[in-house]
Amino acid sequence: MSQVPADLTYTKSHEWVRKLKDGTVEIGITDHAQHELGDLVFAEVPEKGRVLAAGEACAVVESVKAASDVYCPVAGEVTEGNPDLASAPELINQDAFGRGWLLRLRPAGAPGGALLSAAEYEELLRAEGS
Amino acid sequence: MAFIPHTEADVAEMLAAIGVASIDQLFDEIPASLRVRSLAGIPAAMNEMQIGKLMSARAQTDGRPLCFIGAGAYEHHIPAAVWAVATRGEFYSAYTPYQAEASQGTLQVIYEYQTMMASLTGMQVANASLYDGASALAEACLMAVRANRKSKSQRVLVPTSVHPHYRKVASAAAGNQAVRFEEVPFSATEGRTLAAALARFDGQDITALVIQQPNFFGVLEDVDALTRWASERNIFVIAVVNPTSLALLKPPGQWGAAGADIVVGEGQPLGVPLCSGGPYFGFMTTRLAHVRQMPGRIVGRTVDVSGRDGFTLTLQAREQHIRRARATSNICTNQGLLVTAATIYMSLMGPQGLARVASASHARTAELIAALTRVPGVRRLFPSPYFHESAIGLDRPVAPVLQRLADRGILAGFDLTEHYPELGHAWLVCATETKTSAEIERYASALGDVMKAARAA
Repeated sequence: MSQVPADLTYTKSHEWVRKLKDGTVEIGITDHAQHELGDLVFAEVPEKGRVLAAGEACAVVESVKAASDVYCPVAGEVTEGNPDLASAPELINQDAFGRGWLLRLRPAGAPGGALLSAAEYEELLRAEGS
Repeated sequence: MAFIPHTEADVAEMLAAIGVASIDQLFDEIPASLRVRSLAGIPAAMNEMQIGKLMSARAQTDGRPLCFIGAGAYEHHIPAAVWAVATRGEFYSAYTPYQAEASQGTLQVIYEYQTMMASLTGMQVANASLYDGASALAEACLMAVRANRKSKSQRVLVPTSVHPHYRKVASAAAGNQAVRFEEVPFSATEGRTLAAALARFDGQDITALVIQQPNFFGVLEDVDALTRWASERNIFVIAVVNPTSLALLKPPGQWGAAGADIVVGEGQPLGVPLCSGGPYFGFMTTRLAHVRQMPGRIVGRTVDVSGRDGFTLTLQAREQHIRRARATSNICTNQGLLVTAATIYMSLMGPQGLARVASASHARTAELIAALTRVPGVRRLFPSPYFHESAIGLDRPVAPVLQRLADRGILAGFDLTEHYPELGHAWLVCATETKTSAEIERYASALGDVMKAARAA
């Protein structure tokens, strides 16, 4: 069973959301997702200032097996893409919930009625048989 | 590797395994109204001897005309070794084999090809080729939209001095994927695109600018000024180039201050004969920074578990068999056989050989222009520098003159009237290293006769 930190919220498409103190949120893919993808070789993150809708493809993570879209869990304006991933995409494999974050954004409204709690996400993983 | 078709027993076994009675049953979901019942219009089968006679008879109707038509496909001398090697059994396939890594020789040829194309265009990476020059331009426009993240407009500027067929194909393939093509007129006196013509786009969100060098009229564009204008505004530069010309001209990687972003073109001049319009191949090169947005496949060099050199298809995660609808392209393959011929051609010619082909072609074209413009009523349309083609103006309609020359076994040029009515009576001529002074003189003298007869009529 992969890690599912209790202090984060999640999506059905395996993204996580962390609320930061300054009112922005940090977004990444879950430990389960990185494990399914395998060794990541490239991550394409959005540029600062890009306005994203909830559910919009906002990043691409590419492993030796597949290139997958990451869907934005909450609408808002990008404040930063993780600059470290350009030279070290493996951070996503090594530390999916920490240094492997993909982007930060300022939510357009109150984030996420549709987001899952850690318990709900764990339930989803169980249902998917992992 | 054996490629043996299934026997009837194999087919029966497979059908039994999936519980289907016949192959036809697999197509049941196609409505009967859409299915072809007869092949009326297809003649009865012929044996090998009969088909050989038929094809020889048809080939004879082509004759062996003296060809001065360029317009995107060029007659160059092809050393005999090119096709002798390319048609060896080890190479003679149009396809990169499935389980590609089992065919290390095929992959190495493609790798060498990529290295040559990157070097010729002055760029960092090349793909394994595309269908042809025109579809390569369409792919480049789609790639620019993906890769130029500073632009949201999907607007691509295309000078009308770019090959009209390329513009048509790009607009058919990419225009339906939300790319907006906007024309930039060329200078009527110079036959090329002036940076001043771009000024009206200043301050607007533009994704890419297409620059063809030499342009459709054979004229050399001021690529440095055009590239500088685009780079300063974060507009991608898509270069469309003739590979032979690059042996003499500045490679797109060095245009302006920043160089082009994507380079495409038609590979036919590199060892592929003129043949009913194809098959030819397109090439594409780019900067390393854009490689993940480049369509098609790339062969990479690596080492195996024992540390020996080997070749592999790389960056496949973005290809359509893995990424489906979100792939970098859904119409691309590589033209393996033609790329093999081009690689052999380039390795036989070398940089010096290619430069001699290019210089000779330019010199022959200069000779041709001088000879034709001595004929009364014939003039050169644009006084600008050129490579190996030139637009020629006449004092009367072009089509009948071309027809009379064709009757004398001379394909005198490409009629510009349909695509460029604003140029009046005009055609495009080309001479490569294959044309002798005697042949050029034969053309000029025949043109003189035809013009004289036309005036007398």
